[in-house]
Amino acid sequence: MSQKTYQLLQNKKKNILELWMKNQLTDEGLREDLISNDELRNQSEELIEALVGNLSGNNFTNLESDEWSPVIEILGGIAITRARQGFSPRETGNFVFLLKEAILEVLQQELEDPKALFAESQKINRLMDNLSVVTFETFIKGREEVILRQTDEITEISTPVIRVWEGILALPIIGTLDSARTQVVMENLLQEIVETGSSIAILDISGVPAVDSLVAQHLIKTVSATRLMGAECIISGIRPEIAQTVVHLGIDLSNIITKATLASALAYSFKIMRLEVKKIGTVSK
Amino acid sequence: MDKIPILRMGAFLLVSIQVDLYDRLALNLEADLVQMVNKTSAKGVLIDISAVSIVDSFMGRIIGNIASMSKILDAQTVVVGMQPAVAITLIELGLPLKGVHTALDMEKGMRLLRSMIDDPEEDADEDQTIDDSITE
Repeated sequence: MSQKTYQLLQNKKKNILELWMKNQLTDEGLREDLISNDELRNQSEELIEALVGNLSGNNFTNLESDEWSPVIEILGGIAITRARQGFSPRETGNFVFLLKEAILEVLQQELEDPKALFAESQKINRLMDNLSVVTFETFIKGREEVILRQTDEITEISTPVIRVWEGILALPIIGTLDSARTQVVMENLLQEIVETGSSIAILDISGVPAVDSLVAQHLIKTVSATRLMGAECIISGIRPEIAQTVVHLGIDLSNIITKATLASALAYSFKIMRLEVKKIGTVSK
Repeated sequence: MDKIPILRMGAFLLVSIQVDLYDRLALNLEADLVQMVNKTSAKGVLIDISAVSIVDSFMGRIIGNIASMSKILDAQTVVVGMQPAVAITLIELGLPLKGVHTALDMEKGMRLLRSMIDDPEEDADEDQTIDDSITE
C-alpha cells in the first residue's frame, strides 16, 4: 500500500471508526442484549488501531507472518468471545464485513484517481477477506470448544453410582452406551466398589434406548470386570424389545444375572446377602 | 533373587504379592505354590494382589494357571483385592479369568474359602463370589 494511502487511513482512523460504528448500530443483526454499545465501540477501536497501524507494509496476503499476529490475536479474541456469548455466524461475520465497507467508503471519498482507488480497494478487499476467514475459523473453533465441554459434562454427570444399601450399588445408565462411556461407567463403578466395599452392583439399563452387539459387548465387559474385583453384577431393566434384539443377535447373556426391574434386582441382592424386608404390624395408637 | 513368600494358615495357603511381578518371578511363584499345595495338602489358596498395579496377558494367564493347577490338586483358589485398573486391563485383554474365584478383600476371600471348604458341592463349579453372612 502506498505511503500516501497509509497516511490517509491513519488520519481518517476516527472517520472509519465512526462510519463503522454507525453501520454496526444500524445493522439489523445488532445484538444489544449480548453486548453493550460501549463494549462494541471499545472492541472496534482496538481492532482499527491495530489494523491501520499494520497497513504500512506490503504484506497483505500472508496473515500468518509475525507482523499480523497482533491483529489476528485481537480478532481471534473477539471471535471466541462472540462464539461463547452465542452470537450467530452471520452477526460475527458482519462485524468484519462492515469494517471493510467503512474503509472502502473512506477510500472512495478521499482518493480521486480511479486507478489508485481500484488498486488500493483491491488490496483492502483481499486483506479483509482473509481476516474474515480467520474470524470464522476462530469462531467455529470457539463453538467446538463449547460443544466439547458440554459433551464432557454430560459424560460426567450421566454416570452416577448410587449406594442403595450397605454393600449394594446401583448404576442407572441413561442414553446410548458407546466405548468411551462404557469406560467411564466401568471406572466409576469399580472405583466405587473399592471405596464402599460393596459386593453387589446393579446395572440398570432401562434408560438405554437400544442394545446392539457392541453395547452388549460393553455390558458383558463391565460385568466381567466387576466379577474380577470380587463383586457380583446384576443387569436389570431389560425391556421386552431389548430381550428380543439380544436373542436375535445371538448374544449370550446366560452367565449374567438379569432381572426385569431394579426392584427385583434389589430383592435378589437382599436374598444373596441374607437380608429380609418385612412389613411390620400396624402401629398401635 | 526376589521370592514371594507363601504362608500357611491352617488348611489354607496365603500369598501376598507386594511387588510388581515380572515373568520369571511369576513362573517361580507358580512352581513354588504347586509344590506347597502338594506338600501341605492345602484346601484353599488365597492370592492377594491388592498391591499389584500392572498386569499383562502373561500375568493373567499365570493366575489362571495357578487356579487350574490348584483345582486339580483339590484346592480352591481365590484372588482378592484386584485394583479397578487391573480388572479393566484383564477384561480388555480378553482374560476374564474363568474358574478363578474373586473377592473384594482378604476378609471376604477367607469367608468365601471357608464356605467352599464346608460344602464344596454347592460352590464347586459356580463362580460364586458372594457370601456375606450379614443378617438383620
